[in-house]
Amino acid sequence: MTKRKNDSSKLGMNRTGIKASPKNGPRMIEGAEKLTLAYVPEDEEGSYVRMMVRGASMEGTMGSVPPPGPKGMVKTAAKMLGGRDPNLLIDKLGARIAFERTGVRLYDAALVKLAATGSWEDGPDVEGLRHIREEEHAHFLMLCECMESLGGDPTAMTPAANTEAMASEGVVKLLADPRSSLSQALEGLLIAELADRDGWMGLIHLARAMGNDDFVQRFEQAHLEEEEHLRMIRTWMQQRIADASRFELEEQAPPG
Amino acid sequence: MALDLFKERGTRLDQQHLDWQDLSPMPISKLDDDAFTRVRIILMNGIEQQRGRLMHHLAQFHGPLRVPLAQVRRVSHHQQTMVNWLLPPDQTPLETTIAYEQVAIEVTAMIAQAEPDPYHAQMHRFGLLEDFDHLYRFSALLDRTEGKDANNILQSYTDVAPGRPTVIEHRAPVDDVRRPYDRQTADALTKIHNLTLVSGEYQTRDFYMTVGPMSPSMLGRLLYAEIASIEEQHVTQYESLLDPNESPLEKWLMQELTTVYNYASCVKTETNPRIRAIWQRCLDNTLGHLHFAMEVFRQLDKRDPRELVPERLPEAFSYTNNRDYVREVLKDEVHLRAVGQEIVDPARVSESEATERYRALINKSGSPTSSVADGWQWRPGGELTMGPQALMDFSAGRLQ
Repeated sequence: MTKRKNDSSKLGMNRTGIKASPKNGPRMIEGAEKLTLAYVPEDEEGSYVRMMVRGASMEGTMGSVPPPGPKGMVKTAAKMLGGRDPNLLIDKLGARIAFERTGVRLYDAALVKLAATGSWEDGPDVEGLRHIREEEHAHFLMLCECMESLGGDPTAMTPAANTEAMASEGVVKLLADPRSSLSQALEGLLIAELADRDGWMGLIHLARAMGNDDFVQRFEQAHLEEEEHLRMIRTWMQQRIADASRFELEEQAPPG
Repeated sequence: MALDLFKERGTRLDQQHLDWQDLSPMPISKLDDDAFTRVRIILMNGIEQQRGRLMHHLAQFHGPLRVPLAQVRRVSHHQQTMVNWLLPPDQTPLETTIAYEQVAIEVTAMIAQAEPDPYHAQMHRFGLLEDFDHLYRFSALLDRTEGKDANNILQSYTDVAPGRPTVIEHRAPVDDVRRPYDRQTADALTKIHNLTLVSGEYQTRDFYMTVGPMSPSMLGRLLYAEIASIEEQHVTQYESLLDPNESPLEKWLMQELTTVYNYASCVKTETNPRIRAIWQRCLDNTLGHLHFAMEVFRQLDKRDPRELVPERLPEAFSYTNNRDYVREVLKDEVHLRAVGQEIVDPARVSESEATERYRALINKSGSPTSSVADGWQWRPGGELTMGPQALMDFSAGRLQ
């Protein structure tokens, strides 16, 4: 069960490629070549590129950073940041808050897969996945505190939070899909951890530029922990490859 | 000042032109636009969808109407496109689902309060508490699978808490069919309210049937399956409140009137000027459709549309927060059940055997709506803000 579910590279009846249809495949190519009269627009206005550029030039944004809290809080924030405008920091803090919170849910999903299908030799175990999840959760709570201290609202979805959620939508889907194996789930976790590590780096730069040493220190600690997550995911993935090749070699080895 | 429906003729049907750019306007901002703007957009998509659906069905049953219906339907289709395309692409299907439930709660609450017929108002309150529960279940799913807070969509207008538990909303079909209004004596507003709710619930049913299979998690797929089944029951309930003896033309006319009423309510309450201009354009077009339909009514049914269409449009929807009202209904009526055409207190009248049997069968392997919200309570920022105790127990013992 464990082997089969996590063996995502197994041969099967995949029908998606042109070569899977030896009769109809060549007829598809012939049809496209004989039947297509490519549309050529009368003027540049109707061209693909023009239409795309026109769309991108329309007015409208995805959204804005929420206005700051009470006046007293705004002054406190300004003081904490040496009089600098907190908007960018609030936007990016919002992004990390959302990302870490979703991160907890990604590891919830990985734990479910582990419980259902098991792992491989030196692959993810309950302890390792729970460790990462707990740190993601602790980061989330710490970031909420930082946001509160600036007078920001940790529950608001900032534009950067929305952008990162859009960019990582596929990762959430992959982890939630009951058919994806633990080894396939790791592909998603790797993307998430890579983005997360760089997100923390950006936040550290920003806090440093704003002269907030307390934030810098806390973010650096979180960054170190994220580096460890990345190492753990990479190791598990490498072990998966080693385990799969060993398994295949065993299967191919002559009996006796 | 309410619109004078016989003086205001809107834009003539042959003068209504929309091009592809009109049909795909810049979407609203998920983060910055008011939640009620999104509520209006979703409801109006439902109204246009129902209009198109009705006109297609009528055309299949009534030969002389085929061409006039096709003419109006084309514009209606394009208006639906223009309205629905206002929803932004960064709003995921599950976030949109949260918004759909907000529409169901807020619109049904507005209608229940304004409804002149007490029997119909009771039916609306009954449905309201069921949709209220759906919002709670979907919000739990959003928090627990995507780590997102439903309130980013709701903007604190609508409470997130259990209503009549979905697990017991499952009833035998016979207990979903209600008593219709009488077409000759019912208030125009009663008809408008029911058609609005049929439109809203129908589009919700169809939306869940479309996005349900796109939900990646098994629990999500189960949840959409269970709640879509209740939306089907709701369509049955609200549809059964319409008089089946209305002539095809009468039905068309009332649907046009309902559309005018709803666009007029949008124009009156919209806070985003760009969107208000779209509502105004649709209102002008739809007034043109109403007059076109009235003319066809005069010619084919040989009747005066004043029999059905009031001189002035009733008072518009307010599109304001209904929190206190919903809480009151929740407190007083969450225990009520439906038996046949009536809403009953189960302490006095038991549910039907048919419903009990059906419910036991459909829930025999458990209810996804119950599982998803196991121990869940909405909090700003999601349940993970509670601290370490919010983390689920994935120890082998608990899972096995």
